[in-house]
Amino acid sequence: MNSIEVRNIAKSYGDITAVRDVSLRIRSGELFGLIGPDGAGKTTLFRILTTLLLADKGDAKVCGMDVRKDWQEIRRISGYMPGRFSLYQDLSVEENLQFFATVFKTKIEDNYELIRDIYVQLEPFAKRRAGKLSGGMKQKLALCCALIHRPRVLFLDEPTTGVDPVSRKEFWDILFRIKEQGITILVSTPYMDEASRCDRIALMRDGVCLRMDTPDAICASFPHKLWSVCATDMYRLLLDIRSFEGTYSCHAFGDQHHVIFKDEAQDTAMLMAYLVSKGHREIQIKPLQPAVEDVFMNYREDEL
Amino acid sequence: MKQFLSFLKKEFYHIFRDLRTTIIMIVIPVVLVVLFGYAISTEIKSSGLVVLDHGHDLLTQRITDRLISNEYFDFYKQAADYEEIDRLFRKDKIKIAVVFPTGFAENVGNGSEVQLLVDASSPNEATSLIEYATAIINTELSEGALQTTGGITPVVRLLYNPQMKDAYNFVPGVMGMILILICSIMTSVGIVREKEYGSMEVLLVSPLKPIYIILAKAAPYLLISLVNILTILLLSYFLLEVPIRGSLMLVIMLSLLYALVALCLGLFVSTVVSTQKGAMLICAMVLMLPVILLSGMMFPIENMPWILQLISNVIPARWYIVALRDVMIKGLGVLDILPEITILFAMVVGLIVLSVKRFKIRLE
Repeated sequence: MNSIEVRNIAKSYGDITAVRDVSLRIRSGELFGLIGPDGAGKTTLFRILTTLLLADKGDAKVCGMDVRKDWQEIRRISGYMPGRFSLYQDLSVEENLQFFATVFKTKIEDNYELIRDIYVQLEPFAKRRAGKLSGGMKQKLALCCALIHRPRVLFLDEPTTGVDPVSRKEFWDILFRIKEQGITILVSTPYMDEASRCDRIALMRDGVCLRMDTPDAICASFPHKLWSVCATDMYRLLLDIRSFEGTYSCHAFGDQHHVIFKDEAQDTAMLMAYLVSKGHREIQIKPLQPAVEDVFMNYREDEL
Repeated sequence: MKQFLSFLKKEFYHIFRDLRTTIIMIVIPVVLVVLFGYAISTEIKSSGLVVLDHGHDLLTQRITDRLISNEYFDFYKQAADYEEIDRLFRKDKIKIAVVFPTGFAENVGNGSEVQLLVDASSPNEATSLIEYATAIINTELSEGALQTTGGITPVVRLLYNPQMKDAYNFVPGVMGMILILICSIMTSVGIVREKEYGSMEVLLVSPLKPIYIILAKAAPYLLISLVNILTILLLSYFLLEVPIRGSLMLVIMLSLLYALVALCLGLFVSTVVSTQKGAMLICAMVLMLPVILLSGMMFPIENMPWILQLISNVIPARWYIVALRDVMIKGLGVLDILPEITILFAMVVGLIVLSVKRFKIRLE
């Protein structure tokens, strides 16, 4: 049973095409990730699914209901957390939650157990104005408000953007527990490392869905052999690897460079010799398991 | 209903936590009334006066006494000659000089003249001074004439505002201005703010009905306008001594109806613009200016070119000010202002329908 079905959705604002042609199928109870950089069309897709925007082409269903015709019904059963913090800054934590509970015709007590894990952390600040919370706390409050009416589908638009790494990890743990309650979650993020925590992901770029599969399957589908290279002078190393004639691509990934060779059978010895001749020291070349980010970068490479 | 009440509560939180704005809203009417009452006045009071009397008889003496005892004029001195008058004008000691020719009293009735010299650097003031002085001199002459010859003289009686006080005119005008200012700006900014901060996005993705959002946004400001109406009325009654001759209840109800029109205008503006700045600009330029210029508060509508007269018909303040004057100053009842009430009411209904229709259930 599919909770969300998107078929050939397209949307443009004047001359700018935000979503070119996207089709998705998200199963009930799934934690589904939309992965892509800024401007990929994630927010537009969210707004179409939450009935805030009408698509130019294609159609979409949420829990079997059409986003165009049954918008009132969809608004009743979905929880939406926009990318920007959009609660009331001058209202306290408690007042915000209370307000959204009544707006959705429910009481905090009715669904308290659903938000308890999160709200417990917010409770010490219950009287504090929402505008004075830290970034991570704001996101937790926004999540509480989106969950308060126990929606069947939860839409989270970049909930971890601008949040510190510890809070980000916490946030994903929370999402896991919400998923266990049988709520379908569609979440978008520009952070590739978060992709592995989803059941399935869709890679999006320039309004197009590149791939849709489980994170493992997507990584396994990586068509090249991948190597990790490091040395003492990382910046010069990047330039030198790129100038090496056997290199197909080389990208900086934190403290190492990910390298693909033109010839898959290529031996690392030649690169090693080349780098030594360039005067690099402590060179390490190791085979590497590709991650989602490698797949994503590779798409760009293949198109150029 | 519970949804609505909860929304209303939220609106009041917004208003009272933004204390600065709230105080401004409460204080603006007071400042404006006091300003119009004392600082911006076209009435003439205590203008310097000299008299050059070549006649030296009983009649000129009586006229001079009458001029001196009037509150409009402040008697400076008896001038000796024209040079002295000229000097006093230049020194800005006087605004008006009255010159009686020799043999003034003898020639009354067959072409005797009084000369009035006025400082016309401020034309409006000069005109008023001439009117006042002429009126005073004529009164004295006609009273004298009545005693002797019994001729026909018009007896002028100024109805409703015998002292020609400015306050009688501007209190309804200020009322019309303040209510438009506060109600329309605050409501439109209130709604547009939700758009700008993104909370409208969340509200839309909820089962909340648009009409609830609109009504809950407007209701608190109706209450604040009631406070404003009462402060203005209290100030004008006790401080400026403007009477409320008609029913006080009717004055308040009429003002609330007008406030409602202003609120609806604000709602409508909010459906047109998407930034708080835009909302403020539109309210100030498109709503405020016509109230000041075209409502009849400053300039009589009858003197306007026909095209402006036509435009003034759609300005709510025009109808409100007329009706308010009728009730407050003339003491008329509800039946006499029925046309104005009907027009204002029709405006409310029309604007609400338009706003609800234009209220977007989606973004963009």
